Amino acid sequence: MQLTGAQMICESLLREEVDLLFGLPGGAILPFYQTLPQYPKLRHILVRHEQNAGHAADAYSRASGRVGVCVATSGPGATNLVTPLATAMMDSVPMIAITGQVPRAAIGRDAFQETDATGITLPITKHNYLVMSAGDVPRVMKEAFHIARTGRPGPVLIDFPRDVLTEKAEFQYPESVALRGYKPTLEGHGQMIKRAARLIKEARRPVILAGHGVIISGAFAELRELAEKAQIPVITTLLGISAFDEGHVLALGMPGMHGMAYNNWAIDRSDLLIAVGMRFDDRVTGRLSAFAPNARVIHIDIDPAEVGKNVRVTVPIVGDAKRVLHALAREVEQATHVDWIREINELRREHPSDKVRESSKLLPQYVIRELSEVTDGRALLVTGVGQHQMWAAQHYHFKEPNTWLTSGGLGTMGFEVPGAMGAWFARPDKAVWSIAGDGGFQMTMSELATMVEHKVNVKFAILNNNFLGMVRQLQDLFHDRSRVAVEYSGNPDFVMLAQAYGIWATRVTERAQVRKAIEDAMAVDGPALIDFRVEPEENVYPHVPAGESVAEMVEGPTLEGEAAWRR
Amino acid sequence: MAAVNGHVHTITALVEDRPGVLTRVSGLFRRRGFNISSLAVGASEQPNLSRMTFVVHGDEWVVEQVTKQLYKLVDVVRVNDISHEQVVARELALIKVKASADTRSEIIQIVDIFRAGIVDVAADTVIVEVTGDEEKVDAIMKLLKPFGIREVMRTGRIAMARGAAATGAKPASAPVAAQSAPDTEVVP
Repeated sequence: MQLTGAQMICESLLREEVDLLFGLPGGAILPFYQTLPQYPKLRHILVRHEQNAGHAADAYSRASGRVGVCVATSGPGATNLVTPLATAMMDSVPMIAITGQVPRAAIGRDAFQETDATGITLPITKHNYLVMSAGDVPRVMKEAFHIARTGRPGPVLIDFPRDVLTEKAEFQYPESVALRGYKPTLEGHGQMIKRAARLIKEARRPVILAGHGVIISGAFAELRELAEKAQIPVITTLLGISAFDEGHVLALGMPGMHGMAYNNWAIDRSDLLIAVGMRFDDRVTGRLSAFAPNARVIHIDIDPAEVGKNVRVTVPIVGDAKRVLHALAREVEQATHVDWIREINELRREHPSDKVRESSKLLPQYVIRELSEVTDGRALLVTGVGQHQMWAAQHYHFKEPNTWLTSGGLGTMGFEVPGAMGAWFARPDKAVWSIAGDGGFQMTMSELATMVEHKVNVKFAILNNNFLGMVRQLQDLFHDRSRVAVEYSGNPDFVMLAQAYGIWATRVTERAQVRKAIEDAMAVDGPALIDFRVEPEENVYPHVPAGESVAEMVEGPTLEGEAAWRR
Repeated sequence: MAAVNGHVHTITALVEDRPGVLTRVSGLFRRRGFNISSLAVGASEQPNLSRMTFVVHGDEWVVEQVTKQLYKLVDVVRVNDISHEQVVARELALIKVKASADTRSEIIQIVDIFRAGIVDVAADTVIVEVTGDEEKVDAIMKLLKPFGIREVMRTGRIAMARGAAATGAKPASAPVAAQSAPDTEVVP
């Protein structure tokens, strides 16, 4: 069957079970867009900015476990995908980016809207392609999806010169890929799993550190089985949140820089860390030389390069988290760790960082706690980056698997708006809440229009403090309160702004208004926005200073002067 | 002539012969801050596959990371750390040296001692071709320096296992699970 390059892309997308694209057209990609009407099963969501198409596709992937696709034209279209590609790369999200390129003969001649898309995205994609012949399209599409979704997932960019999109060639979709340099390891090494089980048996103070890999591989039941059988408490990293029911008696929540203080102390005292699908990020470990000084380490990860990268590992197990946990749960012996759990509970009483302090002010933590109660911990939360992200991570009690989407590795502000949109397209049955900061929201709020067009049922909770709050906190705590470039004194009226888009909105300034506003927003059919005017000087605690150990952790507003300054 | 010299390692990689593969590899070294002192690329004995030889400075952790990160590139088929193998390692250098009628015979003597050759003679320069390991090339350059070196071109190291076995018969870290388990005694 002779097809154009553009038709072959569409045929390939259908064969990869894609039915949704986020994108924005332009000259070089136009032949692809002009072909779309022939493929009514491919629904295209026209965004206001290519960055948002990328984040929406990313969140769609995270929420659905399928592969999100974004489309942009050459030049600025492609460069606007840089941030979402890097975001997806850092958080191991499968995603396909399709970009237009200037015609083959014009490549390298600084043509209008020419940019070296594959060169620019080399370090921020799992792999990328510049397709120089229509005959290569089926193979490249097949490989791209295979690479994106297998092993440690990641984004793949495919760059199509305009005349490749119009060129005709024979279309036959390959049944399999032949990549001799790409063969992910899925099964854990049997010997290593036996050794791991032995270490677990010997351990007195074991903890599981569950990361994003548990969610990506869907290892929820296997994680729970291991934790319950050997009675091991479960700490979930920022991206591991919602891998383990937070109502479970063994659930401890988040560790690290803004994690629960008792978790950091538990890791400090632990004699065995069982790390699953996590990569010992510096936000988790703090100073490496002081991290978990008493612990042996079992490290389970699908990416061999993560094992031994940051932390010395006693037993490395390379493989898919679901398969390895399944095998390990069968191998371990039933055990109890009553004394250890009692010790952690004692730490929890001494370091109650999961509690919201009493205050008559509208505390952001209180807003999150109320949202958690009203939604019974069953909403799907999408956040930006900063204080609001940490408060949501700390104080929302997630009960369902994979209901927390956040830019962890790259820390991309603005993810909350297009991310929530993409998440809703993946799971329109869920109550999707965008927990936003007033800073990040303004980076990507142009997508409100797209959300109105498609009646995207997302609720926005802006924790508005008129600050780039996390930066302000860093300046206050570590730079003598010298506030530089952190105050947003000219923020718009977010209620009026939403209304200008035809979106229902309300403002909350008092504690007593919180619950009703949340309930009212949920009653709206379509997008809704709440502008929570929270206490602007509130800080995120605990706070382990960057590069320090748990001993340097600041647990609360104890710094001299801060109390007075609050009045 | 094993290539282990303090913290210097020789790593070879078999890579797909595709546009951009050199950029991917060199970009990886740059981004991760790995220090390579030489890189040689050429065709291998297998069709569509090229072989790269790197000389990398760093400790065992660096070499392990280099190997693992190289494996993550889709176009990289196989990686071998041959530092601990018995190998023949060579590089080729072309050295353009100032040579007057007075000095030419002295230069030829040095070239003979090193079993190097003179491949071009002009009125006031000669080009010396030398093959050997880095130490040999460094040594002849040191002796030629007083005459005035105009230009130097070095290929970087290539290396091959001695004997019948193929170079890096065992991959550096293929059955990945088995690697890099530090001694349990080290971690309390």
